[in-house]
Amino acid sequence: MVVTEYMVRRLGVSIVAMFGVVTIVFVLLHASGDPATLLVSQEATQQDIDRIRQAYGLDQPLVVQYTRFVTRVVRGDLGFSYRQGLPVGELIVERLRATFELALAGLAVAVLAGVPLGMIAATRHGSVVDTAAMTVALVGTSVPSFWLGLLLIIIFGVQLGWLPVSGYGSFQHLLMPAFVLGGFYAAQISRLTRTSLLDVLAQDFIRTARAKGLAARAVLLKHVLRNAALPMLTVLGLDFGRMLGGAVVVETVFAWPGMGRLAVQAVLGRDFPVVQGAAIMGAVVFLTVSLMIDLLYGWVDPRLRAAAHGA
Amino acid sequence: MAGSTLVFARPRTERSALRPAALRVLQSLSGVVGAALLTVLSAAALGAALVTPYDPAAQDLTVTARPPSLTPIRGHVHLLGTDQLGRDILSRLLVGLRISLLVALMVVPLSLLLGLAAGMVTGYRGGWIDLALMRLVDAQLAIPMLLLMVAVVAVLGSGLPQIVMVLVIAGWPTYARVVRAEVLALRDREFVAAARAVGASDGRILARHILHNVLPTALVLATLQLPVVIILEASLSFLGLGIQPPTPSLGQMLGHSQEMVWRAWWMPTIPGVTITLLVLAFNLMGDRLRDVLDPRLRGLGQV
Repeated sequence: MVVTEYMVRRLGVSIVAMFGVVTIVFVLLHASGDPATLLVSQEATQQDIDRIRQAYGLDQPLVVQYTRFVTRVVRGDLGFSYRQGLPVGELIVERLRATFELALAGLAVAVLAGVPLGMIAATRHGSVVDTAAMTVALVGTSVPSFWLGLLLIIIFGVQLGWLPVSGYGSFQHLLMPAFVLGGFYAAQISRLTRTSLLDVLAQDFIRTARAKGLAARAVLLKHVLRNAALPMLTVLGLDFGRMLGGAVVVETVFAWPGMGRLAVQAVLGRDFPVVQGAAIMGAVVFLTVSLMIDLLYGWVDPRLRAAAHGA
Repeated sequence: MAGSTLVFARPRTERSALRPAALRVLQSLSGVVGAALLTVLSAAALGAALVTPYDPAAQDLTVTARPPSLTPIRGHVHLLGTDQLGRDILSRLLVGLRISLLVALMVVPLSLLLGLAAGMVTGYRGGWIDLALMRLVDAQLAIPMLLLMVAVVAVLGSGLPQIVMVLVIAGWPTYARVVRAEVLALRDREFVAAARAVGASDGRILARHILHNVLPTALVLATLQLPVVIILEASLSFLGLGIQPPTPSLGQMLGHSQEMVWRAWWMPTIPGVTITLLVLAFNLMGDRLRDVLDPRLRGLGQV
């Protein structure tokens, strides 16, 4: 029962945030002065503009317009793309699959590279290995993804000819974009893994486990990792949400047909409804992922249930 | 708090905390390396304000895509080669470096000011203004950063002033959130109660007492945001949505070299390595400064 209360409360937070997102997009649309000119193509005549103004009720008072806008978005109507001649919702849903595949592969890279690196650094705290691992991580966070992407293209695509430089479809196409997207997060995850492990390693129950003669390996796997896992999972979940909505640069470098590339092409082609739809969908995806993580916790971690009960 | 002894001393003033901090940053290898890198890069950028080897926008279609070389081509030495329009890469690099630093040094203080003001007022006053502003912050942080920036560019257009605005809009919530949390913890402390008891106005309490105590945290956060802003500006320019030609920028140089990777590896490599070094320099110094000034912020590096 307490869990249900926690879930309802958490769901409420997401819905309020989503309203905020729709409001921000609405303000953006009107910040340009005349929203009608943003919603039509550049070659539109005055008649087209008037038609849009009528169709979207842009001649109505702002309050009416706002209510209509929110209603449309809630119904899933994100407007119409003039460039592609299709509803924006349809265009985005088409691209979600590619974006999801890339984010999942990026997450795998981030975990498989970041967690071991952080573990090695933490278990050899203060040694040369630790310094080396953290230097790698710092350089990793400093390399911009568009440059890492081009570098990989030059090495593996152009010089060695091992991998296709762009496009979508096969496992080979996925390798470079996943590595570039996941690489940045791997660097972050390794630093986080290291600090979480060090925090747990300093606690009394670890000393007890060691004192009673448990092997170092058993202590690490059974006691340390299990306790360090929760904060790491939170960050990984948020990172996954960010990758789902934020692969704009990586998708552009590798011509990956996802939502981020769609948004960039839309801005360059002055197709504002698509940009607007992408921002809204990006937020929906991010909020859904973080909601799911939090709900999972309410179920997994008894301390959170207690906190919800106390609040 | 009732019945407790009032403590009148301010727990920390930023002047005494900041000066030795600058020295302690330089007492570690990473701090020294970062400072050295930054000095060299800023000197190059400043030098470019006075003089560049060639006009960075001057095209010469007879010497396109030449590799870096010391040998003069028809009387001109292009140390770092030329791009597909025959423009001198070294000159463009120096100007681009200056633009990167200029944008970061405009955006970070502006976002800091805005976030500091919002965070201090909402944290101190509470009530509906706090509720409204923090829900706005939640909502904005839910929109993926680059998608939001792309949408703002679609409305504002691109160019230097617009990019600064976009980055400030994208940046202020982070400061507001952190500052608000600090202020919430401070406003019930004894020294604030003491100031109120002797008749200080809210404005005076905020300016004289609260500000002094949130400033170190805010400044550390600002240092950590410098490399983030540099990467974001470069990303926008790379996508063709940031700094517009003829003004060169590092991201734009990388964007324009995308089609050239097949025959001119130096074109993306030179600006790519430069921007990595610049970001690395800020990260090295920011990391160190955070450890020295405010270890509690350890989770905040790199957004």
